[in-house]
Order: sequence, then structure tokens, then C-alpha cells
Amino acid sequence: MFRFILKGIIRDRSRSLFPIIVVTTGVMLTVVMQSWIRGVMGDMVDFNARFLTGHVKIMTRSYAESQDQMPNDLAMIGVDELIKNLRRDFPDVDWVKRIRFGGLIDVPDENGVTISQGPALGLAVDLLSKSSSEIERLNIKDGMKRGRMPRDRGEALLSDQFATRLDVKPGDVVTLITSTMYGSMAMKNFIVSGTVEFGIRVMDMGAVIVDIKDAQQVLDMEDGSSEILGYFKGGVYDEHKAKGLMERFNAKYSNTDDEFSPIMLRLRDQNDLASLLDYVSDFSKIMIAVFVVAMSIVLWNAGLIGGLRRYGEIGLRLAMGESKGGVHRSMIMESVAIGVMGSLFGTIIGLIIAWILQTRGIDISSMMRNATMMLPSTFRARITPGAYFIGFVPGLFSTVLGTALAGIGIYKRETAGLFRELEA
Amino acid sequence: MKKIILLIVSLISINLSAQMISGEEVLRNIDRNLSSKNKVVKSKMIIHGRRGSRTIESRSWIEGEEKSFTEYLSPPRERGTKMLKLKDRLWIYSPSTDRVILISGHMLRQSVMGSDLSYEDMMEDPRLSNNYHAEVTGIDTVDGRSCWLLELEAKNRNVSYHFRKLWVDRERSIPLREELYAKSGKLLKKVELKQIVWIENRWYPKRMTFKDMLKIGKGTEFVIESIKFDVDIPQYIFSKASLKK
Repeated sequence: MFRFILKGIIRDRSRSLFPIIVVTTGVMLTVVMQSWIRGVMGDMVDFNARFLTGHVKIMTRSYAESQDQMPNDLAMIGVDELIKNLRRDFPDVDWVKRIRFGGLIDVPDENGVTISQGPALGLAVDLLSKSSSEIERLNIKDGMKRGRMPRDRGEALLSDQFATRLDVKPGDVVTLITSTMYGSMAMKNFIVSGTVEFGIRVMDMGAVIVDIKDAQQVLDMEDGSSEILGYFKGGVYDEHKAKGLMERFNAKYSNTDDEFSPIMLRLRDQNDLASLLDYVSDFSKIMIAVFVVAMSIVLWNAGLIGGLRRYGEIGLRLAMGESKGGVHRSMIMESVAIGVMGSLFGTIIGLIIAWILQTRGIDISSMMRNATMMLPSTFRARITPGAYFIGFVPGLFSTVLGTALAGIGIYKRETAGLFRELEA
Repeated sequence: MKKIILLIVSLISINLSAQMISGEEVLRNIDRNLSSKNKVVKSKMIIHGRRGSRTIESRSWIEGEEKSFTEYLSPPRERGTKMLKLKDRLWIYSPSTDRVILISGHMLRQSVMGSDLSYEDMMEDPRLSNNYHAEVTGIDTVDGRSCWLLELEAKNRNVSYHFRKLWVDRERSIPLREELYAKSGKLLKKVELKQIVWIENRWYPKRMTFKDMLKIGKGTEFVIESIKFDVDIPQYIFSKASLKK
């Protein structure tokens, strides 16, 4: 029976072409949108985790309340002991210290007179330890444009655009002007070992990266750090695991009466990422529902028109003794075949487009010239295993629903009137 | 009878108004005590922060509102840092970098070393009578001393605090308490002046407590260890060359 239906679909293109086109288009859009949203939102979450939030983050309670202002006067002290305890208590997490700070980069001539000066966003990470995972996590080595990675204390990296604007090249000496954690003005000379392109507008405009020991020294933060970030080994954020970790840590270490006691936050608790993560998870369902409804309405209409065109055929089949339910079922089987074909074509085309968006991406840096948000400059799609079959959900459901609705008219045909129609 | 009562009331009014003094006169008296052609000050700032207290010692040469040179003496981390203020420009010398760096004018309103004093608070010696209109609005008592309550409004825009309220010791013509306001009327700082001593023919506070009302913390004590007025300050001190010496 199915082979008969399939032959009918292939040979009678007027019956099948329009529905297949509709299903293919809808499925293609579903697959592309799904891959795009997964890619963009996934990039934003991943990006936030790598640069800002970690999978979990530990700060003092008072620092956490205003962390966007990088209030290092509220930073943690005694972090070496804390990290030792974290590695013992939670060994399946990679714990790293970071210091974020603001300041000025001042460029002198040979007489020490200022040639140029610019505001800088400072990030201090472990750059010099052989076992440090920060270089790979922050994609620093891959982003190098000029020069080399720092090898010694007293060396720094600047973002490439920043260095160009200040007319600084690798080997030049610059002076960092900043505030210590006690509010005193502090200055330190650094040799610019190289320049980096981060692919993040805000950082590319003016970032300086130094080794954490240098930052601790210049900011008067001996054994201190702004934050400790934790990353699950494997690199994938696990919401359930993060929640358990956070609850155990806060129960043991956090004290609501002490503004300097440490508190742990999950990725989703920071930077409004909770709503973003919920949105990503709900988006697919919303998108599928929208496409199912839209395509069903279109295919219902197409089914009604088809029903009009096949009025004679259906009448003949009923006159020959086929039951109304049998005719309806065979039409639904046709729609299943059309749905499968359309979904297959739509998924293939959608995956091709998603692959192009994944490989090349869309560069939005021109739209973010004055942006101060930390976002990647290029957004890419991401093809996940779900993209291979998600299109079949609206593709099949809408064709079946549309045909089922359109086929209701069959039940209104009266057998007594059939022969009169045939004679006519 | 009515005429007698009227006469008594008039006499009392005349007597009271004779006791009141003009705001301008109070300001002139304050300037006689606090302002000078120049001064050399050795001082200590005790900064009470959220994490504890720390003390910074310095020596300053100040000439009016426009010239000031400060060298920090302790703690070891700050020792050798020097600052030169000329009009609205501030240069800072850091011995660790061996560099002199110009900091833009708006920095002058920033905190010195994390204290409750700004660079302007520390490095200027403004004459109040030149910069403010004043009005005596009443009499109050501070630390057991009778004070004029003085309200000041800036004559021009180039002052740090557009409005000031002063409690001025009536006998010694020196403020014992100050409230410093922005143009919007927002209270920016409170200052308490204590240990008023007689030095070189003037009354002068040896201890001042500044509280920045926009910051959480317990304030900063500014303690004068020694002060000399109207001395011969070589002009090379107020030059960039002196920063690296």
C-alpha cells in the first residue's frame, strides 16, 4: 500500500509538489534557526564562562554585590589556602585565580615623557606556570597577532588594536597606572611582549593581560585575588553539578554576617545568564510550536484545495466500496510520505546553510563599535545532534494535521449522491 | 506704659544686632588664622578603611591655591612618591617606575591614597573670603564652645564645594565643624577640627577628621605634626625637576 501511495506522489506532482515545498521550507528554517540559536546562545554562555563567570565563581560577599565595578578593595585575601582546600574538597574542578582591574596605560618616549595614554581593562591570570590552563581557556596563544607570549614577570600583552592606537610594538616599555586594593595610586613598568586579538569588541579596544603575581604585587594584593573561577573538567557546564557544588561550598565557607567571607555563585546566577539559559532551552519548543501551527494552516488550506481537485477520485473510490475511514487513512499516509520527503530535503538544505554559518559566521563588530558589553565579535551557528531530526517534528506533524483537518470533508460525502455526481 | 515697653524692646533689639557679625567679617577672621602666603606641613593621614587602618606620612609645601608639592615618607611602599600640583594639573613621580606622569584635572577630585581627602583638599589653601559669599544664620555650640553658624555659597564655579556650612568658634575665629556640599545640595564631606593650638600668631587645628559621605568607611584623620607659615620656599620646589630629585 505504501509503495502504491509513494508511486502516486511521485507520478502526480500536482498532488505533492506544493506540500513538499512548504514542508521543505519550514523544516529548513527550523533547522537553521535551531542551529543559529544554539550557536549564538551557546557561544555567549561559553564565552561568559571562559572570560567572566567560570562554571562557578568565588568572591567575597561584598565584591559580589558590585563586581561590575571591579572593587578590589573588597577582594579576597588568603586565596592560596582557599584554593588548596578547594582542590582537596572538589578535585574534579579546575580552580584558577584571577584579578580584574582598571587603569591607564602610559607610553613614554626615551626621556620618559608621555607620548600617548589610554584607559585599559586589566586581566591578571596565571600566564607563566607550565600547568596553567588559562592560556588555552582564554584562547590567548591562538589570538596572538604580534610578538610572543610572556615568559617572565614584568611582561604584558596588549590587545592589538589598543597597541596600534597607542603606537606600541612588542619590546616597548609601557607604564600601568592603577589603584591598589587600599586605594593608593600604583604604577609599574611592563615590557610589551606581544599583542592579542580576542575577538571581543570591549577587550580588543583596550585590554592588558599580565601575570597574576605581577598584579598581586602592583595592586598590593599579596595572597589575594578578585575572584576564583572553577571549571568542570571536560569543559561542559553541568547545572545540576554546579548547584550541588555551590550549596556545599556556601554551607562550609560562607557567613552572611561577614562581608568578606567567600560566596560561590553558579554560571546561571551571574550576568543574567539564568534567563538566557532558560530561553535557549525553551526556544526550540517555542519555535517548533510556531512552525507546526503555521505550516499546518498552510497545509490544511492546500489539503482543501487538493480535496477539491480530487473530488472525483474520492467519489469514485467511495462508490467502489472503499470506506470513508480507509480513504482518509490513505490520504494521511500520503501526507506522512510527503512529510518525510519534505523533512528530509529541508533538513539537508538547512544543515548546509547551518554549516556555512558555523564555518564563516556573521561578523557583527561593525554594529558594536560603541558597545561596552562583553560579546564575541562573530556569531556562528552550531550543528548539534538535535539539528538532524528536529525538523521532522514540525515536518511530519504539520502535514498530518493539515491533511487530517482537510480530510474531514470526506465524511460529509453522501453515498446516495455519488452516482449522480458520476453521471454528471 | 506702652511707650516704656516699646523702648525696652527696641533697646534689646539694638543690643542683639550689635552682637551679630557679618558673614564676610567671620570669613576674613578665619582666613587670618587658616590661610597664609605659603606653608610647609609635615603630616600623618590615618585612613580607617573597611579592612582596617593604615597610616601615611608626608611632607607638603603649599603656596595658595595653585602650587603644591608633596613627598610621601612612609609606609615603605609609598616612600619616595611625589606629587606636584600647578593650577589644575597634577604630576606624579613614582620611584618604582622612575617616571613622572601627568594626571588629568578631574583626578584632583579623586581620593588621595584611598583616604577621605581629595587631592584638592590636601594640596590647596584657598582663601574662603575670595571664593565664597557668607551669611551668619545663627549661634550653636560645638564641644562646649559657642560658635557662629555660617552658610557659604561659592562666588564662582571653580571651587570643589559649592556650599559650605561652618561652625566657627566665636572666640578664636576658627571652624570646629564643616559640612561640604555639592551644587545639587548633596552633602559630600564632613570635617571635624580638633586640637586647636596657637602657632605663629594664629589659631590652627592640629587634627582634622574627614568623612567622605559617599564612601562606606570610618573616615580619615589628618594630623599635623609640624607646620611653618610664610617661609621662604625656593621656587624650584614647584617645578617638575624637583620630582625626580
